[in-house]
Amino acid sequence: MALASVCGFKLGNENSYFGLDVNGPMGVPTWDDALTISEKFTVPCDIDLQSGIYKAFTDDDSKVKIQFHHGTTTLAFRFKHGVIVAVDSRATAGPSIESQTVKKVIEINPYLLGTMAGGAADCMFWERVLARQCRIYELRNKERISVAAASKLLANIVYDYKGMGLSMGTMIVGWDKKGPGLYYVDSDGERLSGNLFSVGSGSVYAYGVLDSVYHWDLSEAEAYDLGRRAIYHATHRDAYSGGVVNLYHMKQTGWEKISQTDTTELHYQYQAEKEKAKK
Amino acid sequence: MECLIGIQGKDFVLLATDTISARSVVAMKDDHDKMYKLSDKLLMAVCGEAGDNIQFSEYIAKNVQLYKMKNGYELSAHAAANFTRRNMAESLRSSRSHLVNLLIAGYDNEQGASLYFLDYLASLNKMPFAIHGYGSLFALSIMDKYYQKDLDLAGAKDLLMKCITEIQKRFIVNLGKFRLRVVDKDGIHDKGMISPEPVKAA
Repeated sequence: MALASVCGFKLGNENSYFGLDVNGPMGVPTWDDALTISEKFTVPCDIDLQSGIYKAFTDDDSKVKIQFHHGTTTLAFRFKHGVIVAVDSRATAGPSIESQTVKKVIEINPYLLGTMAGGAADCMFWERVLARQCRIYELRNKERISVAAASKLLANIVYDYKGMGLSMGTMIVGWDKKGPGLYYVDSDGERLSGNLFSVGSGSVYAYGVLDSVYHWDLSEAEAYDLGRRAIYHATHRDAYSGGVVNLYHMKQTGWEKISQTDTTELHYQYQAEKEKAKK
Repeated sequence: MECLIGIQGKDFVLLATDTISARSVVAMKDDHDKMYKLSDKLLMAVCGEAGDNIQFSEYIAKNVQLYKMKNGYELSAHAAANFTRRNMAESLRSSRSHLVNLLIAGYDNEQGASLYFLDYLASLNKMPFAIHGYGSLFALSIMDKYYQKDLDLAGAKDLLMKCITEIQKRFIVNLGKFRLRVVDKDGIHDKGMISPEPVKAA
């Protein structure tokens, strides 16, 4: 049935696939073209979106006690040899650390990576939807989707749900015909392309390190070190970031996971280097 | 915080926009392009709510193109401005409106150059000069004092520079470089980026 929906294959009654009723309650289609899947994720009718009832889960000053996981440092930058993606691994809910081993780089497919900041569930869910759409694009067009198109698909989906409490700040990283690609997409519906982005509560600290060292012609080793260092310094200053640094490199041949390093280890390593330099 | 500036000259319109793309207090990008080409001689500068600006201006741009394909002739600047206004007015009265402010610059073989000012409340005005954003607080009086009808390009650029320099001097937010474009009888021309002069001690 999944294949039928992908191909748009219809049988018998125009309103049914294999005798299933296409229209759900309220006349909203339950079967849909795969590339417009976001329409399938329905919201209650007659709801005033601007009253912000969904926002209670993301606003700091709301009385709702269940708050989504927040606080992160993620970064990605383009350079001569591709794109570097580096993230921390801490998940917090309010003042408590819930996990130190979160995978904040989402492997969409061998040529696309997404990063996770803001609501963990939102990022994970919608980037999985994106993965599905990218795969369907590949099957239909016999070529990989461009980074620009993939990021636009995601931006368009989250824009449909604007004002309904989605919370995500993500970077879509990939390699296509145009070479390395890097886009920033957030739940406001913003989508920017650029050479260097950092997202999350620790981003301001990461930017500080990144901006002072970054240039286009970095060697691979220099770039890896810069990615790790920027995340380390962010975890040092930002209480909501920590754990390990996960580092990925997007190359022409697809992404490669370069390293996973505990920030404590990095701390003592950098400290030792500093001491050595003093002497 | 964003700033859009439009100046109509003798046979052209000069548009200038800042190039910062900000999320809360962070400038994510310093070479952002806030102008959208609607057709060969129609250019729109956009600022406002993140996401809305792209969605709304792309919708307008594609529909202006669609009109050309359907009818075999283009919308005039006046018609395109009114089309945009109507869409804005309808969106304003929907459950979720587009919070964007626009400047529309166009050149028409019959009517010459024209500049339209459209805000998120769908008020449309044809103006000789116009500014959106906090920059208008500082620069409108300069425009009032120095603007003259039938400015040439050098005159318009001088006036623009006066405005940008004042904004740089008095506004606490750094707007960075400004991107310049001109619309005239030959189409849309890139005029590069300009940086405000460094602030001198008074």
